Order: sequence, then C-alpha cells, then structure tokens
Amino acid sequence: MDLIKLTINDIPVEVPKGYTLLQAAEVAGVYLPTLCYHPNLSTYGGCRLCLVEVEGMRRLTTACTTPAGEGNVVKTNTPQIQRLRRNIVELILSEHPHACFTCERRDRCGPMDICLRNVAVTERCVTCPKNGRCEFKEVVNYIGFDESNLPYAYKGLRVETDGTFFDRDFNLCVLCGRCVRACQEIRGSGAIAFNFRGPEAVVGTAFNNPLGDVGCQYCGACVDVCPTGALTEHGNRFAGPVDSIATTVCPYCGVGCQLDLEIRNGKVSNVVAANGPANKGQACVKGKFGLAEVVHHPQRLTAPLVRRNGGFAEVTWTEALEYVADNLKKYGSEQVATIVSAKCTNEDNYVIQKLARAVLGSNNVDHCARLCDAPNLVGLTMSFGSGAMTNAIEEIGDASCIISMGSNTTAAHPVVWLQINRAVKKGAKLIVINPREIDLCQKADLWLQQHPGTDVALLMGMMRVIVDEGLADQEFINARCENYEAFLESLKNFDLDSVETMTGVAKADIVEAARAYATQKPSTFLSCSMTQSSHGTDNVLAVANLAMLTGNVGKPSTGVNVLRGQNNVQGACDMGGLPDVYTAYQSVAEPSVQKKFEEAWGVKLNPNVGLSLSEMMAAALEGNIKAMYLVGENPVLSDPDAKHVKEALEKLEFFVVQDIFLTETAELADVVLPAACFAEKDGTFTNTERRVQRVRKAVDPPGEAKDDWWIASEVAKRMGGKGFEYAGPEQIMEEITGLTPSYGGISYERLERETVQWPCPTPEHGGTRDLHVGTFVRGKGKFVPLEFKSPAETPDEEYPLLLTTERSRFHFHTSTMTGRVKGLKKLGSEEYVEINPADAEKLGIEDDGWVKVVSRRGEVKARAKSSMATPVGVVTMTFHFAACPTNTLTNTALDPVAKIPELKIASVKVEKLTDSG
Amino acid sequence: MPNLKSPVALEQLRNHIMTRRPPEQITVSVCGGTGCHAYKCEDVAAALRQELACHPGGRDVVMKVTGCHGLCERGPLMVIHPQGIFYQRVKPGDVPEIVAETVFGGRFIDRLLYTGPGMDAAALREDDIPFYRKQQRLIFGNNGLIDPTSIEDYMAIGGYSSLAKALFAMKPADVIEEIKVSGLRGRGGAGFPTGLKWEMCASAVAHDGARYVICNADEGDPGAYMDRSLLEGNPHSVIEGMIIGAYAVGAGTGYVYVRHEYPLALKNLRTALIQAERYGLLGDNILGSRFNFRIRISVGGGAFVCGEETALLFSIEGKPGNPRQRPPFPARQGLFGKPTVLNNVETWANVPVITGLGGPWYARLGTRNSKGTKIFSLVGKINNTGLVEVPMGITLREIVFDIGGGIPGGKGFKAVQTGGPSGGCLPESLLDLPVDFDRLIEAGSIMGSGGMIVMDGETCMVDVARYFTHFLTEESCGKCVPCREGLDRMLDILTDITEGRGRPEDIELLQELGEAIKSASLCALGRTAPNPVLSTLRYFRDEYDAHIRGGRCPAGVCKALISCSIDTARCNGCGLCARECPQVAITGEKKQAHVIDQGQCTRCGLCKDLCKFDAVVIS
Repeated sequence: MDLIKLTINDIPVEVPKGYTLLQAAEVAGVYLPTLCYHPNLSTYGGCRLCLVEVEGMRRLTTACTTPAGEGNVVKTNTPQIQRLRRNIVELILSEHPHACFTCERRDRCGPMDICLRNVAVTERCVTCPKNGRCEFKEVVNYIGFDESNLPYAYKGLRVETDGTFFDRDFNLCVLCGRCVRACQEIRGSGAIAFNFRGPEAVVGTAFNNPLGDVGCQYCGACVDVCPTGALTEHGNRFAGPVDSIATTVCPYCGVGCQLDLEIRNGKVSNVVAANGPANKGQACVKGKFGLAEVVHHPQRLTAPLVRRNGGFAEVTWTEALEYVADNLKKYGSEQVATIVSAKCTNEDNYVIQKLARAVLGSNNVDHCARLCDAPNLVGLTMSFGSGAMTNAIEEIGDASCIISMGSNTTAAHPVVWLQINRAVKKGAKLIVINPREIDLCQKADLWLQQHPGTDVALLMGMMRVIVDEGLADQEFINARCENYEAFLESLKNFDLDSVETMTGVAKADIVEAARAYATQKPSTFLSCSMTQSSHGTDNVLAVANLAMLTGNVGKPSTGVNVLRGQNNVQGACDMGGLPDVYTAYQSVAEPSVQKKFEEAWGVKLNPNVGLSLSEMMAAALEGNIKAMYLVGENPVLSDPDAKHVKEALEKLEFFVVQDIFLTETAELADVVLPAACFAEKDGTFTNTERRVQRVRKAVDPPGEAKDDWWIASEVAKRMGGKGFEYAGPEQIMEEITGLTPSYGGISYERLERETVQWPCPTPEHGGTRDLHVGTFVRGKGKFVPLEFKSPAETPDEEYPLLLTTERSRFHFHTSTMTGRVKGLKKLGSEEYVEINPADAEKLGIEDDGWVKVVSRRGEVKARAKSSMATPVGVVTMTFHFAACPTNTLTNTALDPVAKIPELKIASVKVEKLTDSG
Repeated sequence: MPNLKSPVALEQLRNHIMTRRPPEQITVSVCGGTGCHAYKCEDVAAALRQELACHPGGRDVVMKVTGCHGLCERGPLMVIHPQGIFYQRVKPGDVPEIVAETVFGGRFIDRLLYTGPGMDAAALREDDIPFYRKQQRLIFGNNGLIDPTSIEDYMAIGGYSSLAKALFAMKPADVIEEIKVSGLRGRGGAGFPTGLKWEMCASAVAHDGARYVICNADEGDPGAYMDRSLLEGNPHSVIEGMIIGAYAVGAGTGYVYVRHEYPLALKNLRTALIQAERYGLLGDNILGSRFNFRIRISVGGGAFVCGEETALLFSIEGKPGNPRQRPPFPARQGLFGKPTVLNNVETWANVPVITGLGGPWYARLGTRNSKGTKIFSLVGKINNTGLVEVPMGITLREIVFDIGGGIPGGKGFKAVQTGGPSGGCLPESLLDLPVDFDRLIEAGSIMGSGGMIVMDGETCMVDVARYFTHFLTEESCGKCVPCREGLDRMLDILTDITEGRGRPEDIELLQELGEAIKSASLCALGRTAPNPVLSTLRYFRDEYDAHIRGGRCPAGVCKALISCSIDTARCNGCGLCARECPQVAITGEKKQAHVIDQGQCTRCGLCKDLCKFDAVVIS
C-alpha cells in the first residue's frame, strides 16, 4: 500500500494513499469538529467546521473533502481558523434554539426544574428531544460559545410529531445533509431531499407529501445519522443521556445486523444500527423500530404456566420443571419430538438438541429450517459439499452482475438490498427473476417473469445458452468439477423454444440474462425462497450448476448466496437442530461420530435418523408421536396445511412450549415456559453468511423468564441427564467448540474483538470469508443432471388460481414480535389478498372488499387488493396474521430429498363475500 | 452543403463565398440584439424588408439582422454599408426615407445620426462615436458584420480558419502552448489561466479516455448580457473555440450549458451547430483530420449558482445544482468524473483569435498579468448603456466617462460596481484604477464576468449593499453554513439599518460576518458575496454612520429615514401632485402651497418626480 507522509499540527503521520486530511487527523490524534461528515456517507463539505490550513494552498480547505498529499503541512487550529469556527457556530445558533449551549445550569437542570430564565420556545434547553445526546453540542463545547450579537432567526416550522416512528423538527436541523445522503446514497430510497434553497432550504419530501407516499422505507437511517434533535425516535424523545449501550445482533432476519441497544432505567429505550460487518451501520424498519416495544411488551410471559381445568395457571419454576420432567419420562424415545428454535442462540440450541439426544434419546429434532432452507443444505451439499451461503454479504456490492431469484430482497432482507444498491450504483447489471413485480424490479436492468414453479426450466434454459454460445468456463469445469457430461446430456431437453413455452419468459431475455451472468464477472446469485417447492432441491441444484458452469464460485463477489430467513437459522442447523446430524453436520449414523459424542456426553446415543418437522406433524396426527418439546416456533401459523398442524398438536398427549409470548401454538400447550428474549441473554447468533456474532445481555428478563439453555438444562437434570451443569453460555460455547470442527477456533474472548465466519477450525485460523476457494468442500464440484417437474398442484377448473406466499417489509414471520409493535401494526395492519386487476374484474372483486380464498385444505377470509405486481392467474398473500392463517391453504407436498413442503404454490379459488362474516 | 474533407476545401468554399460578395455591395444591417429587441427592432427590420421588396433596386440590396452592436442605449441601430453609415433610434416610420435617401440616394439623414455630449458634429460612422472610439472590439466587433444564422457570413470574415490551422499545423500541445503564451485568463470571473487549465486536463488520467469541454453560458448577473449577446450574435466563434479546445485536450464531447431564459441564444446556437455539422466541422473526422468531436446543448433552469463550475457540472449530470468542494478540480475530475475543461462563452470566443493570430500577438494587449480585451456590460446610471469591449488596463474613468458618456442628468458619479452582484462598489477616488484581474481584487472588487453598474449621486450605498445581499441570499444554494446563514443574517442587519433600526455595533458585526463568509464559504458565490457590503463599508462608511447614528439616509432612498415635504416658496399650487398621489396624502387649495400629510405619506417619491417646480423636498 502506498503511504503518504504529512504533518498535522507538527505531528508527523503516515496514512494510506486516498485518505482525507480528516482521516489523517484522526490517525494523528487531532480532533476536528464536524457536523456534516459521517464515515459511512460521501463527503459533503457543507458545515465548514473542519476547515484547515494547508501550506501552499491558496485558501483554507475542508479536511473532510481534501485528500492528504505527500508532504502536506497542515494546521488545524490557528487563531484564524478557530475564529471562523466560532463564526460558523454562531451563525448556526442564530436560528437554532441554544440555551442548551449557553445556560450555566445546562448540565444540572432536569426536565421539570423551574428555570430562572423566562424560557420561550426559542430557548428550549432541557426540553430538546436530544438533550444529552446532541452531537452539535460536542462541537459547540469544543469551539466555545457564549453570547451572540447576531439577530435571532427562529424558523418557526411546525414540528411534525405525527410520524409513525419518529418526529421531525426542522427548527433544530442544521442542514448537514446526512439524512438526505443516507436516504439517497445508502438506502437508494430517495424519499427525502433538500427542498428550496438558500436560507429557505429545508429537508423534506417531494411536494411535502407524507413519508409513506414518497418511498420511505421507515428504516430510520436518517434518524441514526442526525446530529441534532431534528429527527428523534418516538421512544427516545426527551430521554436524556443513555445509561449504557449493549451491542448485540438483531433477532429478526438472517442478515445479522449489529445493533446498539440504548438502555435507560433498565429498559431498552432505543435501538441504533451499529457498524457491524454485515450491516455497516444500517438496519431496517423492524430492527430499528420493532424491538424496544417487543422486549418490554406487557404480554411477555413472566411465569411458567401449566394447563389446569381448561386454563393456564401460574406455577413456580420448580413445580413446572418437575411437571415437565415427570411427564416426558413417560414416553419412549421414538414417541417424543423436539423442535429447536432458529430464534434462539447457538448455546440454547446446542443444549436443547443435547437434551433431546442425550436425555430423551431421540433424533426427532428439527426446526423451521425445514420450511425454508433445507433444500439449500441438501442441494448445495450435494453440489459443493457445504450447504451454507458461499460468500459474504459485503462482497455483493462489488459484483458486476447480480441475479436475484426468489428473493424479495427489499422487503425480506432490506440490508442485503443495500449491497445490491451499491453494486447497481457502480454499474453492475441486476437481473431479477420473480413471478411477481417486486420493488426490486424497478431497479433491475432485466426482469424475467417466469411462471411460478418453472425455475429449473428457466435456469436450464440459461445454461443451454451459455453452453451453446461457448460462454462456459471450460477451464474451471475441467479443473474443479465432475459429472459434466451427464449434465450436458440433461441440458438437451431445454432448447430455448421449449423453455419459453414452459416459463413464459421471452427467449431474448433468457439469452440476455445468460450472457450477462456468464460474461460480466464477478457474477453473484442471490436466492431465498425458491426452495419452498416440491422440487426445491432441484431448484438449488440448478443454481449450483449455473455457478459452476460459469466459474462463478470460490471467488470474491461470486457464489450461490442463499439468504437465510431467521436470525439464527444457520446456527440452529450448525448446532445439530436437524434429525440426521450432530453439530457441524456430523452424521448421527456415522459410528465414529456417534462414539465421539457418546464419549463427550457420557451416554449411549441413538444412531437412527429422526423425523423431520413435516413428518413429526404427520406422526403426531397418526398418534406415533405423543409428546413434543417445542422452543420458540409457531407452527400453527407457519407450517403448511395449518388445520392439520393444529389437529396434530392437539392430539399430543403432552406438549411443552417455551417462548417469549403466548403464541397461537403455545395456547395449545400443556406447559408454557417463559423464556428470555435476545436482549436479555448472552450468547451467539450465526448469520446467513456463516458469521458468528456475540449477542449481549442488555436488560433483565421480565418476571420469572429464564434463558432457554437454562430451562432445557434444568429439565435434563431432573430427568437424570448428566453434563448439564453449565455456569453460562461461555461454558456451553467451550463445549460446542470442542465437538464442532468448523467452530473450533471460536471463543467468547475472540468474539469480543471480532466476528468469525466459519469454518474456523483453530484459534489461529482467520475464519473463511469465501467457501470453495481453490477446491470445493467435497473435493470436486458435482454437476447434477436435472429434469423439469411441475408443481404438485396446478390450477384446474375447480381451483383456477395459483396462490403464492410473500413477506411484508413491516412484519416478520408469524408476527409474534412485529405484531406487537404499534408502528408496524399501523403500516401492515391486516392480511390482504393481492390479485391482478384482470382477475379481480372477472370475479367482481373490489379493493378492500372481503373475499374467501379456498384450497383443497381449507379456507380463509381477508380483504382484497388489486395490484399489477401479481400476474394474471396468481394471488399473493403473506402469512403474518393470526386472523387470517394463510397456511391453512398451503400444500404439504414434500420435496423428496429435503422434505420441504411446497409453501409457495397452491391451487385456490377466490370468492367474493358481502362482508367479513 | 458540402461536407468539407480538408482545409483546402474550406478555403475554396470561403473563396467561393467571397466571390459572391463584391466590396461595393450595399448591405443594410439591423441590430437584432437584446437591447434593440426591447426597442422593437424587429418592426424596423420588417419595415425594411417590405420597403426593399417594393423598391425596384431592392433585390440588389442585402439585408441582415445581426447580433448586438453594443450601443444599446440608442437602439434600434442600423448600419448601411459600404459607407458604414450608422443610424440610431430608428423607427419603422423612418425606413422609407432611409431607403430612398441613404440606401439609393447616398445621402444621410441628420436626425438619425448620433450626437452626444461634447461632440461638435453628428457622427456619421461607428468609428466617429466616442463610445466606439476607445473600444478594441476584437471579439465583439464581428457581431455587427454577420448574420448569426449564416455560417457563410462567419466564414466570409475568416471563420474556422483558426480551426484548420490548429488541426493541421499544430499539435494539441502546441495549441495549449499558444494559449499559455497568450496569457488568456478565464473570462468567467475567477481569471484562472486558461492554458494552465487545459494542460491540467490534457495531462489528467482518464481511464476510458473520455474528456469533456464545456462552455459555461449560464450568465446570471443581473444586467449582464455579454455572453448572451455573443452567443446570439456570433455563435460560430464560440463553437470554433470549443473545437480547438477539444482538440487541444483530447475531448470527444462538448456541452454548452445555456439558461432557458436565453431563447434566441439557444435558437442561434442550435442553428449554428446544425450548420457546422453539415459542413463536417463537427462530428467524425473534422476537416479530414481524424479528430472527432460533438457538441450538445444542456439547458439550465436559471439558478445563479449553476454558473459555478461544479454546480454546473452537477446540473448537466441531472443532479441538483449545488457546488462541491474543490479539489478535485474539474480539469482532473469533472463531468461524470472525467477530466473536463470548463470555460465561459467569452473565453471560448477568444480562442480562435489567439490560435489565428498567435499567442505572442495577443499577449501584447492588456497589462502584465491580464492580457487581451474584456467585454463589459455597462449599465446603471450611465448615458451610453451597452456592451463595450476594452483592452485590459483601461481605467474605470475611461470606461465610465469616455465610452459611457458619463452620468445622465448631471447627478454626479458616486460608485461603480464591477463583476456583477457580488462585485465591490468602487468610489470616485478609484476611477483611475486600471481594469485588470488583480488590481480589482486589491481594491475589494472582482472582474467577474463583466457586469459594470454605474451609480449616481442619488444612490444610497447601504441600500445597494442590501439589494445585492438580498439577491445573493436568494440565490445561495443553502449547502454551506457561512453563505446560507451568513448572508441571511447580513441581510437582516442591513434591512434593520435601512429601516432605521441600526445599532452602532452592526458595522463591526457586518465586517466580521463578511470576512467569515469570504474565508469559509464553499464556492465562489459565497466567497465573493460579501463584496458589496465590505466594499461599501470600506469606501462609503459615512453613509452607514448617517443611517445608524444620524438616523438619516443621505441619498434620500431609504423610506423609513426620509420624509417628503413641500417647499411653500416654490409650490404654486398646480395640484398635479395632489391628483396623482396614490395615498391621497397631499392637500391644498388651488394656487396655494400644498401640504403633505406625513401620516399618510409612504415616501414613494412620485410627487417629487412629477413636480415641475422642484418644490418637493426629501429630507
């Protein structure tokens, strides 16, 4: 790296080429006041506070914009510069209420203190919503400010307090433009900009329309970067300084955004996105605004509940634990099933699956990965040898071509979208493959709208083009892959004409997409829910074939990047929350593995592969599974054919649920155990890119709620289990790393300093950003020949429409958490059946009118909304709302290999109703 | 039109044009410039066209509507060649007489000739008029000779021969060297050495080889219209300059950024671009030289700040026109991040002259550090309002009095503001200051793009400072604190002073604010914006003191500080003022002295303007 030598205030420093003078000053330990500068944003040079003198330059220059030059002699605090800074501060304060800077009682005054001054609206001090946390105040304190001779010019703008999540008081705005840059550059929303100019300039929306109408995602990035009280979260108004901050990981999706939980009076009062490796200082609406309310929600479970006389009775922990242990003891190992949780920490999951395997004696362990990710695991393991996302999130932004297939990224993984946005801004080609016109299509160079269920045909068609046009990476294939000839043979069925007929995508578009992906390297492939199909594994195999065919794997910014749905679904799988493997995918059927775990745990272990989630439900219905221990899941809403799921759970003789709220599923339980939520415990989550990150305890759990690992350990101990005497999560992690090769190098001590992407076998190992570099995990990458299969159900006369399921940006999964956040409920209040206007007209359905959606398995009622985003012949629903359990309709047809149900496609009919009844 | 494939073909075409234009050809030029347009010159042109059509010899007369001739005060202007007879204030009704008497009779009409103060006899030709005599119309003089919509006219006076010379007799580096030797400095205001800028751009690293040249035609100074008049009157000179510049730095695309308020400039420019393309002077393989270059037009919305180069670049890119901090300079990282040369209209128009006549020749004009000529728009309280082109180093006195003909109404000279709204106001004591980039800055003003506003004795300098500060406050983009807040606070203070609420400490405050805005602002708009205030504080401090301490406005302008009354000795009671007073504040019997009701009077000054007996007194 080229280094540049310069001096700042006579301090010699060496910085890499490309550093600005401001960064160099930071290296030199010289403080420069700034307002408009923010490390995550482009430089602006508007506040003029970082003016410095550089020998040889005609004028003063802003340190934030000026690149450091060899031999620069920089002065940052000459009397002239300091005077100018005072002038600038004075100018800003001439229209900014500023008693908070000048009152001699400013640091001692409480909100309700009687003030000796005649405090007017212009002189608010302790009533500033950001009092105690104002960045501007730090700047003013450095520069020094006392009295001003300037005429005062209070802007007198209306304070906008009617926002969903935050207030906007532009009287306090210093026009640093951070919010505007965050919205436009990073988020790609462009919801806000400067309106008017000169002294009239104000941050606002187009024509001052409400935020919701101008593309605001409510991500709160603007609030997070605001240096003053102009933008303040509702929960954060007038809150004063924070007591402490806990840096932890968001418990919603699999991106693994690091968040700073701001704690006041023992409560999480506010959430600010932290600079984590996956999220780079960003979050989404759910993480930013959908957590504090959840943690302290009055409906949190605070005491163990046992079903008595048709209702729940609160009991003590001893009573509850003994009750659970006594009842579980009654069943044979093949009669019990355990469902671990993709929401819990690695440590929790490890202990729970250990309880199942070592104490209950059964491999009937599974979790919701079955419903979304199983084909990734199975398919990618077949092709590459590892089922994990191949590359890191931050690399997506450097790709030259991105295909996003089956991923509504802006809604389901908003922070991954930021990387796509970064790439697109740099000129990358974005190809969206989706039957629905999702928001991402607007940003795409090319949108392929395939018929639902024809993913394999489309991908094979693209591969046929690549092979026919000689664009395949022959060198890569020869050196690193196998079974290519058999695969080529299977391509023969996918000539462009047939593919066009099967998929409904124009030939020219298929060709363009194929050429772009094969030639504009590095190309990366993002996918998510193309797995939820009765041939989900084939879909994943097709993607793996495509990546190998073009050599787009095992290199930076390439790969098959399967976005995980839940915060710790990766970790729950890694921890052995699956019926066939222990931690790190060590097979239960492998004698050496069995021996290793038997020695470690000191018990005999069951070598038989257990039941998968879908099979457990079927077995419960048949009466073969009689007891279930379920942690942090809500299958009544999330699993297909919900009616049968409910029946199955009701049929259980003994049903234990461990959760933070009384979910729809918990209501069916015999015992409900109150668990601590993410903010109340220490541990680790593993995000979608295999990154192990620390979860840190911010506040105490409510009432009697306990850590999940503690509860499972106590049950195990009462059932005679050995090796459950854990002092805390750190000790559990030590046990995990000893048994889990890919986690071998991880320790809490290390995670304090950094995050680690597995595989990381030893403490010296730096972790693995990209998988399959040089060689595939399984040795050679395996091409798998594929053929086209139709969905299990296709529309017919009786059920003429195709139902596909979707996610809202404002809710997560079954909205156990998001449904308890006022603002999110406001933005997504109820289920809507989205239907193409043509179909709506045919059926006489009007917007907001009630309809009944009926499938072979059941029916639900909801309001209708016509939208061009849904193609003709398709209806779209989410499954967020208990009032409308969409999964009543979905199909349990299973993928034969991964055993994932076909959640994305079901045949339905829609009938108009006269009212909600 | 033939596509010219070589410099020889261009020369042949020129000869061909010349053979059809004998020296004895009678040509009548009607000025179609902005000023004359306001005097309805198009009616004069229409009358002339009609008259010539009716006249038996009319077919042999060539009639041209040209660009601005400069002496806008006396428009509409007409020049009859070959004699060069110069008529001013021509009305459509004069046309039959002109055709009969002058065009075909060879006699001139006395009442249409120019006379002015200090002249013994009426002037027959332009050269006889003092307004033109002291000018050196290197760039602007051709305006009167050519029809801007005719590329042949431009070729007839030697147009595009400099381009041929550059393309075939010079290497790009030679062209840059020639410009450097000429000492040409940017005419847009900052006066950066043009050759140096080109050299920076030519040597900058461009990854895909793309470079741009841009013509800044976003002339935004109130009252300034020299760039507009150049584009309207001689667009090909700007185009030729841009092609030469593009060749020198290796640019493939050029942009002309014109504000939409200049419809005629846009129209003539568009016509000129089409003509140049048809002749192969733009496009691929220009004149067979293998050099390719195209020019596009970008129409601006008219924000003053978009004349600032970085804001202009953003505007062309389709982003909000807010300036950014330099470095990086546009010459290294400009339009779409590529090396870009950005010069204003007048600078580009100088390029063919320098290329044609050579850098050393050009460097003989002007002063040590300011070479060549400069076009000023001379407006305000001046007899000869118009556009003047003078050699650098000429004194302000020569411009104001010899060329401009002094102050009308004998009201006396008070100040001249150079450089547009953000220029400084220079007092009488500095009238002998030579006009040159550096000397103007020393005096607290700027060259700017060439606005020159003359103020007479009845001008209140505090009010002037307030006026320009108001303009600049409104035009500030609002990005940086000193300009956005500083100007607004200065305006508040100045408004207070002109409305009688001034405080003694305000002067110091204005001084401090002005200095801060000057040193700390992001772009040239902010850095020069305090000039009107700082220069008036420097040269007209007494007027500020009179407002603040004396509670009076010496020039009688600031309404809150003046009162109107009637001098009973002079009033003869004609009643005109009483009838016209919009406030009905004046009463009085017929033939008796009238009285103004001070409570009703809004000090609009109408009575003073109306009174034939000078009986209204403003104090």
